[in-house]
Amino acid sequence: MSDLHTWVGLLLGWVLYAMFLTGTVSYFKDELSQWMRPELPVQSGVPDQAQVAQRVADELVALVPGSPQWSLRLPDARNNSVYAFWRTAGAAPGQRGFGEGNFDPATGQTVSSRATLGGDFFYRFHFQFHYMPVVWGRWIAGIAAMFMLVAIVSGVITHKKIFVDFFTFRWGKGQRSWLDAHNALSVFGLPFHAMITYTGLVTLMALYMPWGQQAGIKTAAERQQFNAELSAFIQPGKPSGEKAPLASIEDMVRHAQERWGRDGVGRVTATHPGDAAARVAVARGDGGRVSMSPQYLEFEGTTGKLLAVHEGVGPAAETRGVLYALHLGRFSDSVTRWLYFLVSLAGTAMVGTGLVMWTVKRRQKLPDPARPHVGFHVVERLNIASIAGLSVAMAAFLWANRLLPESLADRANWEIHSFFIVWTLTLLHGVLRPAKKAWVEQLWLAAALLALLPVLNAATTQRPLWRSLAEGDWVFIGMDLMCWALAALHAVLAVRTLRHQPKTRPARKPARESVNKPAGGAVLREG
Amino acid sequence: MTSVAGRVRSVGPLVSRIAAALFGGYALAALASVAVLALPMSTPQAVLTGEMASFLVYAAAVIWVFAVRSALRAWAGLLVVAAPLLLAAWSVW
Repeated sequence: MSDLHTWVGLLLGWVLYAMFLTGTVSYFKDELSQWMRPELPVQSGVPDQAQVAQRVADELVALVPGSPQWSLRLPDARNNSVYAFWRTAGAAPGQRGFGEGNFDPATGQTVSSRATLGGDFFYRFHFQFHYMPVVWGRWIAGIAAMFMLVAIVSGVITHKKIFVDFFTFRWGKGQRSWLDAHNALSVFGLPFHAMITYTGLVTLMALYMPWGQQAGIKTAAERQQFNAELSAFIQPGKPSGEKAPLASIEDMVRHAQERWGRDGVGRVTATHPGDAAARVAVARGDGGRVSMSPQYLEFEGTTGKLLAVHEGVGPAAETRGVLYALHLGRFSDSVTRWLYFLVSLAGTAMVGTGLVMWTVKRRQKLPDPARPHVGFHVVERLNIASIAGLSVAMAAFLWANRLLPESLADRANWEIHSFFIVWTLTLLHGVLRPAKKAWVEQLWLAAALLALLPVLNAATTQRPLWRSLAEGDWVFIGMDLMCWALAALHAVLAVRTLRHQPKTRPARKPARESVNKPAGGAVLREG
Repeated sequence: MTSVAGRVRSVGPLVSRIAAALFGGYALAALASVAVLALPMSTPQAVLTGEMASFLVYAAAVIWVFAVRSALRAWAGLLVVAAPLLLAAWSVW
């Protein structure tokens, strides 16, 4: 069982580490998106959702006439732009059949801001990666999550003395400290790690386990009934071909506001807008509701008449809604959100310490520590690039957001390319330098990039820290302070790694003896 | 030749267990997700219940495969659970 835990953990550990870390920062993806679009004004309060919906709907009618369907996400306390997604009319086979954009709630126009994917990049990367078909990425993520679930369960079985371990911590004892840290981090966050891994699988379960659906749901009507349990998507019927403008979207959203509160509306979806057969769905937002199950009002598009109220789904669908919501944490207020972030960061550290422990443990068993075998080298180098290197690459992504010229063609994608170029460079660096030096250098580089990010922000935008403080702009204040906190964390890790003296011991001594011997200094890795 | 046979004998059970865990476990989970449809509940609810439960079945199957004493027992255990599930799934497929 212990071997199962080790091998399952290591095999997909690197993938899991990247998923965990990018997923962790995704709890602040909306704030990150705001920071990455510094041209958009500070949002002092949530604008009236009904007016915003009308404004953006008018813009969409002009921008994508004849679109069979569009959907827009209204601004809330954390969002100062409106994200819209639409299908394009009469797209030829092989052509992109859809489009998306961000709109300014104040004007309804496309946001006049630098092109960026914003925090959505880390969010999407976290479950589907990049540079590969989305479905492949999601399968890899699912396999990694399944391995994680097995690693968690087998981990609990392996550590029989789990609560004793939790209260045991031995500083500065090399492998023993790593194991203690790994155990403490794992046990502390155990309910969260188990929850987040399982619910992660649930978010994409239709992809991973389609068999029940294939066996049980066969007709179009059944499929429609099934989908209605999962999302506020209204099935577009056939267009009548008769032109008719949409009724007031503002009134429809007002209706929903009376039901769910002024800021309680999440999305507005229209099918066949401009046609006499148009339908509009106004769906409830995720805030303050621990379920993602759909709640929506369905209106006749041309008259604005309320056709149906959907506010309940079956027990299994509601369970799924809760599991989904637990994973995304969108229901949470800012305190809960910070807790999510911190426990998730502990989860990242759990995967990280587990990965490092593999090399620490094996180094002591090497016949000649000066010349380890190839497999050991590979794991060691991949650890450097996937742990320290990822920090560097993520910081570089934010630097690219501030440094790439606004006129650059395909700018949003170049931000992403920068992330991967830098990440590849950290792998090269990790391969070329001695392991310990590579760790220290990359950790220092990450610390420097993070520490200087607020300086870069002050130099390149109109929103330096002193102004953010004066204006009470908590998104930008929080971002600057968070960068410094993370820079400090990386600096501490760099110093500890540098000071660490790997303990050398003759080969073929029983492992147990050395485990109990005090090692000088501490930890991060033996180099 | 003997060394090849010896190697198969030593690595074989492990490979067999890994296959049982990866593919046997998935097959069992998939089977369970379909078998749920035989329960007296509406089809959409049963489909969702099956999908949600399948990952727990998968995890449990993998743990089982590596916890028991031999690869043979691992496979036997999977088959014993699969048999009634197959019957239930048969009725709805």
